[in-house]
Amino acid sequence: MHGGDEVVAALAGPPQPLDWKFSQVFGERTAGEEVQEVDIISAIEFDKTGDHLATGDRGGRVVLFERTDTKDHGVSRRDMERMDYLISRHPEFRYKTEFQSHEPEFDYLKSLEIEEKINKIRWCQTANSALFLLSTNDKTIKFWKVQEKKVKKISDMNLDPSKAVGNGSIASSSNSSSPKPCLANGSSLDGSYNNLSHDFSFPPGGLPSLHLPVVTSQETNLVARCRRVYGHAHDYHINSISNNSDGETFISADDLRINLWNLEISNQSFNIVDVKPANMEDLTEVITSAEFHPTHCNMLAYSSSKGSIRLIDLRQSALCDSHAKLFEEPEAPGSRSFFTEIIASISDIKFAKDGRYILSRDYMTLKLWDINMDSGPVATFQVHEYLRPKLCDLYENDSIFDKFECCLSGDGLRVATGSYSNLFRVFGCAPGSTEATTLEASKNPMRRQVQTPSRPSRPLSSITRVVRRGTETPGVDANGNSFDFTTKLLHLAWHPTENSIACAAANSLYMYYA
Amino acid sequence: MSTVEAPLYPIAVLIDELKNDDIQLRLNSIRRLSTIARALGEDRTRSELIPFLSENNDDDDEVLLAMAEELGVFVPYVGGVEHAHVLLTPLETLCTVEETCVRDKAVESLCKIGSQMRENDLIERFTPLVKRLAAGEWFTARVSACGLFHIAYPSAPETLKTELRSIYGQLCQDDMPMVRRSAASNLWKFAGTVESAHLKADIMQMFEDLTQDDQDTVRLLAVEGCAALGKLLEPQDCAARILPVIVNFSQDKSWRVRYMVANQLYELCEALGPEPIRTDLLPAYVRLLRDNEAEVRIAAAGKVTKFCQILSPELAIQHILPCVKELSLDSSQHVRAALASVVMGMAPVLGKDATIEQLLPIFLSLLKDEFPDVRLNIISKLDQVNQVIGIDLLSQSLLPAIVELAEDRHWRVRLAIIEYIPLLANQLGVGFFDDKLGGLCMQWLQDKVYSIRDAAAKNLKHLAEEFGPDWAMQHIIPQVLEIANDSHYLHRMTLLRAISLLGPVMGSEITCSKLLPVVVNASKDRVPNIKFNVAKVLQSLISVVDQSVVEKTIRPCLVELSEDPDVDVRYFAVQGLQSIDQVTMSS
Repeated sequence: MHGGDEVVAALAGPPQPLDWKFSQVFGERTAGEEVQEVDIISAIEFDKTGDHLATGDRGGRVVLFERTDTKDHGVSRRDMERMDYLISRHPEFRYKTEFQSHEPEFDYLKSLEIEEKINKIRWCQTANSALFLLSTNDKTIKFWKVQEKKVKKISDMNLDPSKAVGNGSIASSSNSSSPKPCLANGSSLDGSYNNLSHDFSFPPGGLPSLHLPVVTSQETNLVARCRRVYGHAHDYHINSISNNSDGETFISADDLRINLWNLEISNQSFNIVDVKPANMEDLTEVITSAEFHPTHCNMLAYSSSKGSIRLIDLRQSALCDSHAKLFEEPEAPGSRSFFTEIIASISDIKFAKDGRYILSRDYMTLKLWDINMDSGPVATFQVHEYLRPKLCDLYENDSIFDKFECCLSGDGLRVATGSYSNLFRVFGCAPGSTEATTLEASKNPMRRQVQTPSRPSRPLSSITRVVRRGTETPGVDANGNSFDFTTKLLHLAWHPTENSIACAAANSLYMYYA
Repeated sequence: MSTVEAPLYPIAVLIDELKNDDIQLRLNSIRRLSTIARALGEDRTRSELIPFLSENNDDDDEVLLAMAEELGVFVPYVGGVEHAHVLLTPLETLCTVEETCVRDKAVESLCKIGSQMRENDLIERFTPLVKRLAAGEWFTARVSACGLFHIAYPSAPETLKTELRSIYGQLCQDDMPMVRRSAASNLWKFAGTVESAHLKADIMQMFEDLTQDDQDTVRLLAVEGCAALGKLLEPQDCAARILPVIVNFSQDKSWRVRYMVANQLYELCEALGPEPIRTDLLPAYVRLLRDNEAEVRIAAAGKVTKFCQILSPELAIQHILPCVKELSLDSSQHVRAALASVVMGMAPVLGKDATIEQLLPIFLSLLKDEFPDVRLNIISKLDQVNQVIGIDLLSQSLLPAIVELAEDRHWRVRLAIIEYIPLLANQLGVGFFDDKLGGLCMQWLQDKVYSIRDAAAKNLKHLAEEFGPDWAMQHIIPQVLEIANDSHYLHRMTLLRAISLLGPVMGSEITCSKLLPVVVNASKDRVPNIKFNVAKVLQSLISVVDQSVVEKTIRPCLVELSEDPDVDVRYFAVQGLQSIDQVTMSS
């Protein structure tokens, strides 16, 4: 009987911890190879279907990858399912194309250099076979269309191409060199067109000697074109962009303001949040990240340097200076120190797919918030607790200001975030889950996982959903692996439908699956 | 490579450049598509050019846009209406591209062609196209489909009509908000072609679905079509079906929806009888005037006069006027500015007594508003009040407002008030103007900002036109000419500008006796900029004065300037001399 109970518990209980495996690496460094600053990845984003992945780097380039494991066998997918082939399948990507999204610029009015570094990439609605995405650096957002184009090989022209210079420039050259009689009476070629269409009467059957050029080659190549540039709307550095579920608008957020844009209109935006005080000396808090709700077109959340998340409702008013909801964790009494405010600053927020939960990352922890509960987070995961004694050093070398991103799995059962020494951590956030895995962005991700983290006693989580877990991986330091603050894993993204994570270690993109 | 006879050379270039690498040349060729079609003849246009264009669907958006536009007027080139259907194929492809403006243009062209097509072709060719687009895999095709139903529907047989209505209903519930938006914004067009029985059943059901959409942007567009839809219905149906929706929307939780209602409410009134206006729309409008979102109040305030015009004066005084009073003290300057720009129009509606008693205090308080735009908006509509109550009652408050604006520290505000000075002069009359505003007009001539000085000079010209040369001789010319002794060369430049503008208005005699000597004198200025401007002014005065004066005064002066050490002075002097010669030659 006893055993039977356990089985039932196991079935109803939290999902089993995932067993992560290495899948792919792009841009792997060979031993001793030096990383070029411009090659360091600064943004990662999966599209909504998970069939495409985009990365941006400090050199202003955007690289696109496409999924190969579904696409190639798309036709026979049903057969494969029948063959039970899918079980061993995991997302695999291949390089698709890349383009230079931003260039370094200089703002002459403010005497400021504008870096080309890509801060964020967001995918937009795909249409036909063309892909659309937004990319931004500190100041300028660009809307890109990536599309296959036929490579034109034109044959069977009416004229010898070497002679046909073009209908704009040909006029002068032919006037002087060639004895074309029709050009003699018109000084410009445009004039002679007009003569043709008005005076020259075409025979009713047309002119049989003319024919249309023939395009022979059907090869295609990918072309990225910048369709729109949304500029001059931010006085401070843009930290986030986010698409609205209406498919028509997006927001861009800088330190003090959030602007709302229409994708089709690049010359105007509406300011919806402005936290700039009348006197800049009164400034105590800046915006660090902002994101639209995944389904409610009127809701968006933004985080601040003081560790709070505000949910605002665009329906309420045109300028949303007053929030609809404020999520803040009350400060534990007596714990205040010089670093309290610095480490409370939220570096990234993400909505879960269903829009009910928000994940936030501050320097020490990951927090999961239920938007229906503003008294505190429903779960807190310690990521950097072991660094607490070292905060002074981290402050000295500025590492304390590193902005780590976070992500949620598509099913909302797990969360992940990066750390130092190219490590990243995955936590289970389903009720009762104790999953807390540390992985290294290398071909052997489990190398560092010398010890499973100590598990908190179960009853705790059954009393309340507020769990504190993954308190420490105590052995790491003692293990002789001193943390390397120069190799930090800031950017990572979870595949929208499968258990697959893409993360950036300097210039390399590592992909894992479970 | 074949050889082409010489006269066809430009046409051959055009055709070849349909595939040139340079987008500008491709665009050029596409814009000349009709010429190419005529050169090829109707048969080959149908059999070769149109299929060729249908293939050309991955070109740059600019080229596709031009192509979509050209094809809309291509019916004559393919052999007239009986062959119009061949144009559907390339346009169908263009209806599915990603760029919105290309799709919109393709839909527009399809509508143009469809409205010329024979009924049989519409049923056999056009309607299947609409159905294909509506079932398109990508949302782009479905978005385009929504704009074509009103062309396909009227000629369709009964069963097909039923099918089209049901397809449109599905589009209204599409997964993609873009498609639902397109369905919402095209609904009234489609509704206009649907028989009244189905209108009341099917179309109204779609309308109601759209008005309950989760996406604000869809609901917004549903509101936008309300008035047009309402006009298609009988007043009682409109009151029964549309009115409740609008009243609901006027209390929507999204301010943008309420904003749209505030903008549309007036239009809807036209579709409804007076009774529902009084019982339902008026309270809704009053709520909007008191909305807690400033943007909504701005929209509502901007319609206050139009709304009053359809109400009886009693209702306007009883319900709207109290709101207007509140709005004139609104905390948002933009609300007050919106009100100020229309509130003057209420005067004729309310009549003289109510205007003096109720509106005048509002005008006065708006005239003293701390925000310049509010004051400017009142001043710009002064003629409307003048018609009802006369200017006397206002003039006392008007003057301080004008003086304050005239000295505002923002030059754009000063510029705006200068532009209203001729209107004010006209309304206030010579006497008032001389006493109070004359000084200001002179003061602007010496403003720090060039645009103001320039506008001030133009203003003098308008005043001289308004009050006549005699008045100008007394009140403008002496003061203006005094500037000649100003120590600042920019002020002396303004003088020259003013003279060049006043000369033609004042006529030959005054110009010769008063203005010309000052100009000639200025030619001895030490600043080269003044000197070449003298040359320019002299050139402009050639046509004003007599030939003899030109020879006696202007020519010697220009000759002297043409030997000036400064190159620019010489340049303009020579130009002046040349135009004297031209005038002499022609006469």
